[in-house]
Amino acid sequence: MSQKKEPPQAQGKVDVTDVVCPMTFVKTKVALDDLDPGQILSIRINDGEPIRNVPQSLKEDGHLVLGLNDNGDGTYELVVKKGQDR
Amino acid sequence: MTTDYKALKNGGFMRQTQKDLFSLRLKVVGGNLTTAQLKTITEVADLYGKGHVHLTSRQGLEIPYVALKDVETVKQKLAQGGVDTGVCGPRVRTVTACQGSTVCPSGCIDTLAVAENISERYFGRVLPHKFKFGVTGCQNNCLKAEENDLGIKGGYLISWDKEDCTFCGVCAKVCREGAIEVTDDQVILNAAKCNHCGRCVKSCPTDAWKGQSGYLLSFGGLFGNRIAQGVEILGIVSNLDSIFKASDAALDFFDRHGQSGERFRTVIDRAGWDEFKKALSHVA
Repeated sequence: MSQKKEPPQAQGKVDVTDVVCPMTFVKTKVALDDLDPGQILSIRINDGEPIRNVPQSLKEDGHLVLGLNDNGDGTYELVVKKGQDR
Repeated sequence: MTTDYKALKNGGFMRQTQKDLFSLRLKVVGGNLTTAQLKTITEVADLYGKGHVHLTSRQGLEIPYVALKDVETVKQKLAQGGVDTGVCGPRVRTVTACQGSTVCPSGCIDTLAVAENISERYFGRVLPHKFKFGVTGCQNNCLKAEENDLGIKGGYLISWDKEDCTFCGVCAKVCREGAIEVTDDQVILNAAKCNHCGRCVKSCPTDAWKGQSGYLLSFGGLFGNRIAQGVEILGIVSNLDSIFKASDAALDFFDRHGQSGERFRTVIDRAGWDEFKKALSHVA
């Protein structure tokens, strides 16, 4: 699970490791609201249910997951490009 | 006048503990009713029942406390409002379904369409004993497919396209079966581990994973006096025709080998699973 390219600079950051589903996605959505389409959000997210569910929810809302990095401490960094407002 | 309870039961009139009162079972497919149907049901329950309905354990709806003398009138009123009566006894029962892909983001198939097709083809068909179909949209299995005599579970036949892949690793992470491995420039699928859940497809940011809807069929489920899990036999099949081939064969097998009052599972157990698999061998 590695990244070939250097990940793009994130304009926003959110930590959702302190909440459980569905609040993980709610918190993510709120963080995305603060960004413009095309900007990048870095999400710190727990292994297990959250990392299994949030990527699909992001896709359904029209955002683009660019990468997934293992932080090595039971959490991941999910890098997302905000999609066009719908 | 002698009351033909059997005839009443065919038409969904369930005898109550109270003499000459019936709980009237209505026909519901896939758990959906229109608001127009609900209005009709409300009227009938107010006029001929006790002003309430009962939601059954299998997405059915019953109007309790209907008097024997009102049976024909009630049937007529319901029919005028587009509501059919259900069935009980040794026949194909209410076909149940979850919301499926038209409503639910997890769904891999249009469960209502499948349920309607099955109901159209088999609802009320007389067999050695009751027979239940259930349709669930995905591996989450909200509709508990394996509880049914014939369960249908939606899934995806998956494929991966290197051109579109960014090797982000999301698919490997969302796969609960551990069937996917992602390296810098390769995605390796262990097909033997894939359970067709389709989570890779639904989560893939760039649609490098593609999915075609398919159906996993399970046979011989029971959740009453005897409890047994339906058994998946055919692997994933990709169209409604294959479902029908399998269900036709299963019901014919039940008819051919079943004794009156014997559930499908018991019949397969007695006649032999190999024999049953032979009966399904033409299904692709």
